[in-house]
Amino acid sequence: MSTGLRLTLASALVALPITASAQNWSDQPVDPANHDETVAYEEGGRYFNEEDLPTYNVAEDGTVDWLTFSGFRRYHAECHVCHGPDGEGSSYAPKVKNSAVHMGYYDFYDVVVNGRGNGNSVMPHFGDNPNVMCYLDDIYVYLKARGMEAVPRGRPGSKEAKSESIQEDEDACMG
Amino acid sequence: MKKLMLLTSGLALCAGMAVANDDLVTQMDDPSQWAIQTGDYKNQRHSKLDTINKENVGDLQVAWTFSTGVLRGHEGSPLVVGDTMYVHTPFPNIVYALDLADEGKIKWKYEPKQDPDVIPVMCCDTVNRGVAYADGKIFLHQADTKVVALNADDGSVEWEVVNGDPSIGETNTATVLPVKDKVIVGISGGEFGVRGHVTAYNMSDGSQAWRAYSMGPDEDILVDPENTTHLGEPVGENSGTNTWEGDQWQIGGGTTWGWYSADLEENLMYYGTGNPSTWNPSQRPGDNRWSMTVMARDIDTGEAKWFYQMTPHDEWDYDGVNEMILTEQEIDGEERKLLTHFDRNGLAYTMDRVSGELLVAEKYDPVVNWTSGVDMDPDSDTYGRPEVVAQYSTEQNGEDVNSTGICPAALGTKDQQPAAYDPETQLFLVPTNHVCMDYEPFRVSYTAGQPYVGATLSMYPAPDSHGGMGNFIAWDNINGEIKWSNPEQFSVWSGALTTAGGITFYGTLEGYLKAVDTSTGEELYKFRTPSGIIGNVMTYEREGKQYVAVLSGVGGWAGIGLAAGLTNPNDGLGAVGGYAALSDYTALGGQLTVFALPD
Repeated sequence: MSTGLRLTLASALVALPITASAQNWSDQPVDPANHDETVAYEEGGRYFNEEDLPTYNVAEDGTVDWLTFSGFRRYHAECHVCHGPDGEGSSYAPKVKNSAVHMGYYDFYDVVVNGRGNGNSVMPHFGDNPNVMCYLDDIYVYLKARGMEAVPRGRPGSKEAKSESIQEDEDACMG
Repeated sequence: MKKLMLLTSGLALCAGMAVANDDLVTQMDDPSQWAIQTGDYKNQRHSKLDTINKENVGDLQVAWTFSTGVLRGHEGSPLVVGDTMYVHTPFPNIVYALDLADEGKIKWKYEPKQDPDVIPVMCCDTVNRGVAYADGKIFLHQADTKVVALNADDGSVEWEVVNGDPSIGETNTATVLPVKDKVIVGISGGEFGVRGHVTAYNMSDGSQAWRAYSMGPDEDILVDPENTTHLGEPVGENSGTNTWEGDQWQIGGGTTWGWYSADLEENLMYYGTGNPSTWNPSQRPGDNRWSMTVMARDIDTGEAKWFYQMTPHDEWDYDGVNEMILTEQEIDGEERKLLTHFDRNGLAYTMDRVSGELLVAEKYDPVVNWTSGVDMDPDSDTYGRPEVVAQYSTEQNGEDVNSTGICPAALGTKDQQPAAYDPETQLFLVPTNHVCMDYEPFRVSYTAGQPYVGATLSMYPAPDSHGGMGNFIAWDNINGEIKWSNPEQFSVWSGALTTAGGITFYGTLEGYLKAVDTSTGEELYKFRTPSGIIGNVMTYEREGKQYVAVLSGVGGWAGIGLAAGLTNPNDGLGAVGGYAALSDYTALGGQLTVFALPD
């Protein structure tokens, strides 16, 4: 009797996340007014906010920092086959442009490196993939810029040049 | 029908090899059934049923519905064999056997246990294009590449075999081809740097009969250097390695996830291979044979009779996997055995399927611009090669350069959604995409089991056209001409069905099942099902009544690219969001809808 009950409970628990994760077109929206992503300082072409976390920089004429542009490219090679163009989500994977704002840098990093499962909704781990790991800050700031509607959908029109220190970091990481 | 099933089971017991073959042939020849995903071995997707026809299709009604309980993209279609309908689902790949003699009651249900880790290594949703039937067995090829033979009567497992390794990105989305005493299966994973192959398993026990890789040494790709031909010439030694630099062929792609056809008289099976890995052409100099290739192989041994590489050194991800439709038609006053193929690259090829001779290669969407056409002169050095337009060459423009305005987009003028043939009008009815792209290749490094892509792309509706992302067209494969073309708001991602009633059915991403006049394209009927349709339309008959059925359940590539709508970066800010978002029209849901005329 008790075994039967436990079994029922277990299957209910297994079933729940599937239902919960199945609907992806209605992710939590972002209200840019509730998030401060003001640039505090720049270092070798990388931009940071007050909390020393990487962030995007969009000039008045729409020119984006190199990382945001690079993130656009890397996102559309590695991530968009599940998360859709421009971080807008697909029929089965969430709008990561919003996740990048809601989750914060460290949680975002953790999920990309280690992956996570939620029933039949599975985020793979990219920790051993240099095409992702060497550009994780790029992808993060690009998606945050999208979530904050700081850059429109599509390819950024103009961009800052790639700095020497960014090039050095890339070479060191990609080997 | 019951008698037929009994007979089948009886024959299965004394399993003669030729008998297995004859069984499925008999089942396919009975127009009251739908015994194979592709309609028949020729992949014509044509039914001789004509009770539903041009005059009365407007009265069509929903007869019954069935929820699959799964919310991912639903490709493929049910089968009907005897009194039973077999319905499959995307991951977790459930199979339901519905008793049509008892109001569709579930006779049995099979749900495999699969490691969810396979889900994220499946490019573009966890679709599955359906089960196959032969010799009293139902064949399921799961996402994790396990091939399972189920007893068609009770769903018990008769044998199972593992075809690939998901930990290096090998997965499966395709159906299988049961032919003679073999079950022939393919592999997915072109975006993970796998080396594609086709494998034949013995139908009786699942033991491996042969495996043919798409690239690699001659003994791997099963060629006879002297007798296997490419456009009439022997392929020569090492043809699967000598157009690659170094060992790149070992992660060379050329996957085999499309639909297969077979010609029993010639003892040949036909399929196409996918894109070479990576998407960055600069990282793999050479023609990258035999990716992007139409293949004709001996059913018993796997040895290749002929190849035709459509897109040497792919620069746009134009997989060559789409179906090969076999017909017998008159061309230049001579009756010939033809093969017609609508490639992702936007060209429709008509070939002699016995010799592999190229007869016609023409654009089946006028916006196709990456090539000015195929060299049709047999005496030319570039015979059979498409001439690449420099402006749209992502190779010539180079790494880190964004090549813009390329038509078609990577998902092709047509993807796997199969076309149908109508013998009466000799027209091919083709679901198409009308989408273009910008494509920027860049350097990537390979890690086993990780995406190996190396390009960024943006897709948008074909510019200066009707604004929609699809067309449904009728094609003349002899003259290489579009006969009529119906614009569609979204890509048509549903397999077509032609019937002797003079009508053609297909589904749309908004969820409509549509019926059109095969000769003119005039719309005769439409009904909005619960979710977007990426499944294929099928038909069957019971007690003199014809039914038409289709799976709804939006997803797949369409669910990724179109969920939030496409944008054209070249149009500037004003147009952003201006194109239709599929999420404004439909939501997830797996459902079978069965239609019939009122009594």
